[in-house]
Amino acid sequence: MTGKRLWSWLAVVLGGLYFLLPLAGMVDFSLRMQRDGYSFGAYRIVLTDAQFQQTFGYSVGLALLTIVLGILIVVPTAYFVRLRFPGLRPIVEFITLLPLVIPPIVIVFGYIRIYNTSSVLPLTGSWWGTNILVLFGYAVLSLPYMYRSVDTGLRTIDIASLTEAAQSLGAGWARILAVVILPNVFVSVLSGAFLTFAIVIGEYVFAALLNVNSFGPYMVWMGGNRAYEPSALAVVAFAITWACMGLIQLFTRFSKFSTVRR
Amino acid sequence: MTTSAASLPSALRPRQVLSWFGVAPFFLFALLFLILPTLNIVVGAFRNAAGEATLENLGKLLSPSIRSAFWISIELSLLTAVLGCLFGFLIAAAITLGGLPRPLRNAILTFSGVASNFAGVPLAFAFIATLGRLGFVTMLLRHWFGINLYGSGFNIVSFLGLALTYLYFQIPLMVLIITPALEGLRREWREAAESLGASGFQYWRLVALPVLWPSLLGTLALLFANAFGAVATAIALTGSSLSIAPIVLFAQIRGDVLNDPHLGYAIAFAMIVLTAIANGIYILLRMRAERWVK
Repeated sequence: MTGKRLWSWLAVVLGGLYFLLPLAGMVDFSLRMQRDGYSFGAYRIVLTDAQFQQTFGYSVGLALLTIVLGILIVVPTAYFVRLRFPGLRPIVEFITLLPLVIPPIVIVFGYIRIYNTSSVLPLTGSWWGTNILVLFGYAVLSLPYMYRSVDTGLRTIDIASLTEAAQSLGAGWARILAVVILPNVFVSVLSGAFLTFAIVIGEYVFAALLNVNSFGPYMVWMGGNRAYEPSALAVVAFAITWACMGLIQLFTRFSKFSTVRR
Repeated sequence: MTTSAASLPSALRPRQVLSWFGVAPFFLFALLFLILPTLNIVVGAFRNAAGEATLENLGKLLSPSIRSAFWISIELSLLTAVLGCLFGFLIAAAITLGGLPRPLRNAILTFSGVASNFAGVPLAFAFIATLGRLGFVTMLLRHWFGINLYGSGFNIVSFLGLALTYLYFQIPLMVLIITPALEGLRREWREAAESLGASGFQYWRLVALPVLWPSLLGTLALLFANAFGAVATAIALTGSSLSIAPIVLFAQIRGDVLNDPHLGYAIAFAMIVLTAIANGIYILLRMRAERWVK
């Protein structure tokens, strides 16, 4: 027994070293801008950089819009599939898993070929079109996570009874979805949303290939041109990922106490 | 539109038609932004510039430079998948069966959730800051232990460096997937084996691993696909100095460096085929695994 525990501690300590050293290195490097000791110089430069503010703000906006779009597409679909078309379920699930199978770089390659300036729908030709394309692209990337979390949320509530009750009170479909179903799966939607946020905020491939000035390409540009600032950016990005995952945990734990056990 | 449907006396048809409107946006969205773009690439891989059917593009994949790019990619994905599975399994086994304090298990699982999503550009920066020429560990080794890492031929901008970096998201993914499977191993199985006189090794070889192997192999396939599709980490870490398949495709899309757009289609098609095979194996084995581990 003690031997087993010893080995377990060894595995955890070695794993801990591998996972914590890069974080330590990242923090250490981000503070070394001045020769004579630690300083927040790199952070000051990054956070006051107009390019940073602009690209970061843009990516945050894009992430929030992606979440809204994802909810609008996924919640009605998951709801109607559960309620009316159980037969469609395998097809819908298959489609929502495709973004994990097809590499993102291939999807964006397809966009460039289909929606280029000489096509029927020249989305890449205009500022609005490009943004729409990136937005829908990110919605595709978030599809597996969004659909799974919403579908798991729907499983825990009795949507048939809820729908009938709402209908008998005279509610239409839009109202049922917005006022009855969405609040009931809100926690699941939120966990999908935070995951989406974490994925979209630093995304590089879509943004770079569609020539969008978002946070991902900005980070790569910094990486190629500066020494200490990239580490500061990495610390910021890591903090965002932590915040998103932490909030997911917080909300799911919170929901365990608030939902009625059946 | 919405109120009229609800007030109709349980007429099935209009209701059903209306429900179709609920799922139609999803299918339209999937068609326009996922399926058609992918099909366009797949079809393009089998066409030449004049639009005629051909296998010429796929043949060009066998040219030495493209073939070696794919080969490095496959080696990198396979290596990080195997090592990711191995180390991930050890950590998962330590926190589930090793008798470690419970809070540690929860902390490691939470951290795994974060680390498996901490991929891309920031991860590359973290590794440059750690194992780069002036990195934290490089300096630590030189000042404390007198080891000159770069003098011994190590470079973070290399196959080995990339593999070390990829493991940072591969291992946590394995931990996240395999921990539930390990927790699904019933105590009674172990007790039954021990009461029949099995040693610990025999229990693992004859009971636990046969139950776990679909999960293990399936996760291996998933990790392979995960590494194969990773582009941002590689670009941020190596620029374009290491020629792996996704980077070749990225350069091709950006500047048509191969002077042949249809070769780009063929590379993309080959990438889909490889990740599809890996994911197919994962899904298939996952279904088998779920028979045992409930």
